[in-house]
This record gives sequence, structure tokens and C-alpha cells, in this order.
Amino acid sequence: MSKTPILEIKDLHANASGKEILRGINLTVYPGEVHAIMGPNGSGKSTLAQVIAGRDLYGVTAGEVLYEGEDLLALTPEERAQRGIFLAFQYPIEIPGVSNLYFLKAALNAIRKRRGDPELDAMDFLSLVRRKMALMEMDESLLNRAVNAGFSGGEKKRNEIFQMAVLEPRLAVLDETDSGLDIDALKVVSNGVNALRSPDRAIVVVTHYQRLLNHIIPDYVHVLAQGRIVKSGDKSLALELEESGYTGIEDLVETAQ
Amino acid sequence: MMAAATSELQEIRKRAAECFEARGYPTKRDEEWKYTSVTSIVKSQFPTTAPILNGHSLRAALERDSGLVEEHLGCYASVEDNGFVALNTANFEDGAFLHIPKNTVVEEPLWIDYTAVSEQTTHPRNLIIVGANSQVRIVERYRGTGPYFTNAVTEIVAGENSIVEHVKLEEESAESFHIATIQVHQARNSNFKSHNISFGGRLVRNDVNAVLSTGCEGTLNGLYLATGKQHIDNHTTLDHAAPYATSHELYKGILDGMSAGVFNGKILVRKDAQKTDAKQTNKNLVLSPGATINTKPELQILADDVRCTHGATVGQLDDDALFYLRARGIGETDARDLLIYAFARDVIERIGIPEIRSYLEKALFERLVFSRKSDGGAI
Repeated sequence: MSKTPILEIKDLHANASGKEILRGINLTVYPGEVHAIMGPNGSGKSTLAQVIAGRDLYGVTAGEVLYEGEDLLALTPEERAQRGIFLAFQYPIEIPGVSNLYFLKAALNAIRKRRGDPELDAMDFLSLVRRKMALMEMDESLLNRAVNAGFSGGEKKRNEIFQMAVLEPRLAVLDETDSGLDIDALKVVSNGVNALRSPDRAIVVVTHYQRLLNHIIPDYVHVLAQGRIVKSGDKSLALELEESGYTGIEDLVETAQ
Repeated sequence: MMAAATSELQEIRKRAAECFEARGYPTKRDEEWKYTSVTSIVKSQFPTTAPILNGHSLRAALERDSGLVEEHLGCYASVEDNGFVALNTANFEDGAFLHIPKNTVVEEPLWIDYTAVSEQTTHPRNLIIVGANSQVRIVERYRGTGPYFTNAVTEIVAGENSIVEHVKLEEESAESFHIATIQVHQARNSNFKSHNISFGGRLVRNDVNAVLSTGCEGTLNGLYLATGKQHIDNHTTLDHAAPYATSHELYKGILDGMSAGVFNGKILVRKDAQKTDAKQTNKNLVLSPGATINTKPELQILADDVRCTHGATVGQLDDDALFYLRARGIGETDARDLLIYAFARDVIERIGIPEIRSYLEKALFERLVFSRKSDGGAI
């Protein structure tokens, strides 16, 4: 492929409170692709997602991350978001006192400003938001409630994908968006993600379970273990993992070393 | 001195003067003033003048209807317990007088507006009498320029079954001293709400005290925002003097720069005040390492069939929330402002006067921006 990758991760090492969690990640994602990153608990999946979004809890000790050919690690979290990166949080944060609507409008306008687009007026914003809420089968009353405050686990996850639908990122990283969802919610969330699929966007799905990948069909599947990608393949790899579980992974780690 | 002082009032003033003479200004040795030194006030020596007031004059009311005024004036705020109340009582020249007759609903909020003048001392004295079954909302505001000393006392009588909402907006100058007592007497089944907002002042001390009779509902809410070297001290007392009364209290503080905050919330449940239900919460957001807060609940419960809860928190901005906002494209400064604003909004939202709510929302944002631009701190 001759086009520039959206995301290029080269030999990324990162640690948290002195402990090395990512130990040499290599991953290249091109526009239009959907990548799934699977792996057992503690393998570093969420750390990778958070490092891409710019969380300062993690220190990058080696390697580089390029976003559209640009040094991503030099950017603040808000600069990353404004340039089109979206992280759907594994544990969405409750923010009492800030309404969903206000929050979303501030986020969208910050992104539009960076792109050089004018701020959306109240009417246009509301009609956009209503359209996306319908897609996510969400109740409009959620708009006036504080961000995630008092939301059920499923509502929070849905709210993440709803935000993503409104903000229309170029690179979406979904961190265990499927965990804790019942099958109906899983379908709604998957529909929301699939609606975003396009030739100029990319999606990285981080998940523990193969189940989500029945609904969001990945182009590539990577297995992460002990801070490294130990195996990559197409969607059939996810099914293999489902069969064998992560028990065979330890051997792969040995081989990789 | 007030010209029309009657002998009864003269007596009260004389006693106040004697009290102040005997006890003087409070010092840090007084338990109630442990964290607040008033030495700078004592040293300032600004001459006393009559306050500049936009509102109905107490002095005029005394000339017109001394009977009604004297029935209440000086009967609630104790000159024995608080030196500044004694000082005010001995020296006040004027203030606001509001009398809402019984069975009256006042639709529009009533304003008491003070403007202080540089290098002067004033002792604003307010008396608010609300008759039985009446309903009223009152805004009491303090502003000024330059260094000065305001020493206010407000006595409020909420008549039987009345509904009274009181907002105090302290927006004094950055160099000023502001001491104020709000003393509330709640008659049976009355509902009183206080919103005590402190934004300005170099040194601020509020005493908000309510005495609840049978079946009353009393609410004391407050918000204090301190930056630079501001010192803001709020002392409150909910005196459950009779059974079946409910009280709610929520005070929130935002402290930045080298500022200091004090919160002391006393709940007194007297022996006969069975079935009391009292809830007190104090939450503080400390934004800089140089800022301090001293918070203390003080519960004295003499009845045995009551429910009293209290809680105090001191914390910083939530890093997870900050990251969440930033990860959606909202810049760090805006994200911080948004979280601080959300913290304070909890108190502002409870105010039942929409124009005050929107005014405060704007004022809060302006102060956040101002303190960032000045040396006030890193909000």
C-alpha cells in the first residue's frame, strides 16, 4: 500500500509506576482497516489504548508512535483528540455537574476549531445529536443528565460510542467496549461502530472476548501477551483463540523471546 | 450615632458597648476564632461612617414605626457571644429594614445593596421581619473599592409557616475586611434557606446561625472561592431548639493560590428536640499546594431520638475526569475550569432565584479567568 498509515507504532515500551508493561509493540494501521487486539488480562491491552490517547500515568521509555506520519507522543491528549483520535474508555468517567450536552458541544467545537470549521449553532448541533442518539437507541433525556453520572454500565458504554458517532474520529480505539454488555446492547454498540467504518478511517478494537468480533468484523487480529504482540492473523485467529483460550499464549511468548 | 434612638434601643446599644469594652476584639485564643486573626482589622483604624445602602432604611423605619422595630432589633444576634456583633450594635448608623406583613407573597426578589467606600468602617445593620404564612426572597449584596472594613449584622425573623429564602453575595474588594453575622429566628413550621456566597475580600468571616422551632425546615448553603492571600472563614450554627425540625447544610469551598479557608459547622440538638433530622456536608477543592482549609463539624446532641449526619471532604481536581475531558478535545485550562465550575454549580443550582443563578454562573467563570490572569493562583 502506498498511502500513509493512520497509526504506526514502532518498538513501543511503556511503564507504569516503574513496572514495564509494554515491551516492544509494533503495529501499523492503514485507513479503512479494523484491527482487533486480543489478549489475557494484564497483557497490556488497556495500557496501549491509554498511551495512544495520551494518558500521563504511563511513561514511554522507548520506541515511537506516528499518527498520520506525525509524532503522536509529542502531543497533549486534547491535541490528539482534536486531530481525530478517539478512545472509547473501558471505564467511562462520571462527571457530576457537567451535562452530557454541554460536554459534547465543547468537545465537538474544540475539534471543529482545530479543523478550521465554524462552531455549530445550537439547532444544527441538536439535530446532529438527535440523529446519532437514534442510531444508538438512546433516550434523549440522557443529554441533560450529567456525564455518565448514575448511568448503568451499559449506558456508559453506549454513551462512549454515541460520543464517537458525534465526534467522527479518524482513528477510534475501543477499549473493552463490549465487556458487561448484554447481547442487545452489544448489537447496538456494534452498529454504532460499523456505521463509522469508512475508507479514510481506522478502528482498533481492544477486547478480551471474541464475541464482539462477530459483529465488528476485523481485518486483522493481533494477540498481545506480556506487553508484546505475539501473533497476528486475520479474523480466523479470533475464532482459534475462542477455541483454545489464552492457554497456548505462554508458549508463544517464549518463542517470541 | 442615630438621632432617633429611643430609650429601649439606647439601652441595647449601651449594653453592647459595655460588652465590647469588656471583651474587645476576639483573638485566636477564642475557640471560635482559632483560625482567623483579626489583628489587621484592629490595626486598620478606618473611621466609621454611615453605610451607603440601596434599600429600605432601618433608620427611617425607627422614626416611623419604632414599636415594630424595637420588638425585634437586637433580640436575636447576641452581643455577648460575638465581639463584632457587639461592635455593630453599639455603633450602627443605618441598614435595611424589610417587613413583609402576614399572608403576603412577594413575587420579585427584594434587594439590599451595599457599596463600601475606601478607608472607611461601616456597620450595616439589617432587620428582616417576615409575617406568618408569607413568602419572600431576599438578596443582600456587599461590594466596594479599595481597603475598608464592613461589619454587618442581619437579623431575620421567619414568622410561623413562612417561606424565606436569603442570598448573601459577598463581592467585596480584594483589600477589604468583611465580617458578617446572619442570625435567623425561625418560628414554628417555617422554611428558611440561606445561600452564603463569598467571592471577594482580603479577610472574610461569616457567622450564619439559625434557631429552629417545632416543625421547621432550615437550610444553610454556602460557596466560597478564595485565591491569592484571601482568608475566608464560615462559621454556622443550626440550633434545633424544638422537635420535628429538619436541617440541611451544604458548604463548598474552592481554594487556590496561598488562600486559607475555614469551615466550622455546629449542629446543636437541644434536649427536647426529638425527631430532629440534620444533615451537614462540607466539600473543599484545594487547587494549589499553598492553599489550606480547616474544616470541623461540631455536633452537640442532647436528645436521643434524632438523626444527624455530617461529612467533610478535602480534595484536588479529579485526574481521571480531567483526562476524560481532554481526551475528547477540550483543552486543559477549559477542562479545569469546567470541573471547578461543576463542583461549585451544585450550590448555585439550589438558589431559587433564576437571575441570581445565571449571574453567579457568569461571575464564577469570570473569577476563574481573572485568578488565572492575575497572580492569584493556577486555577
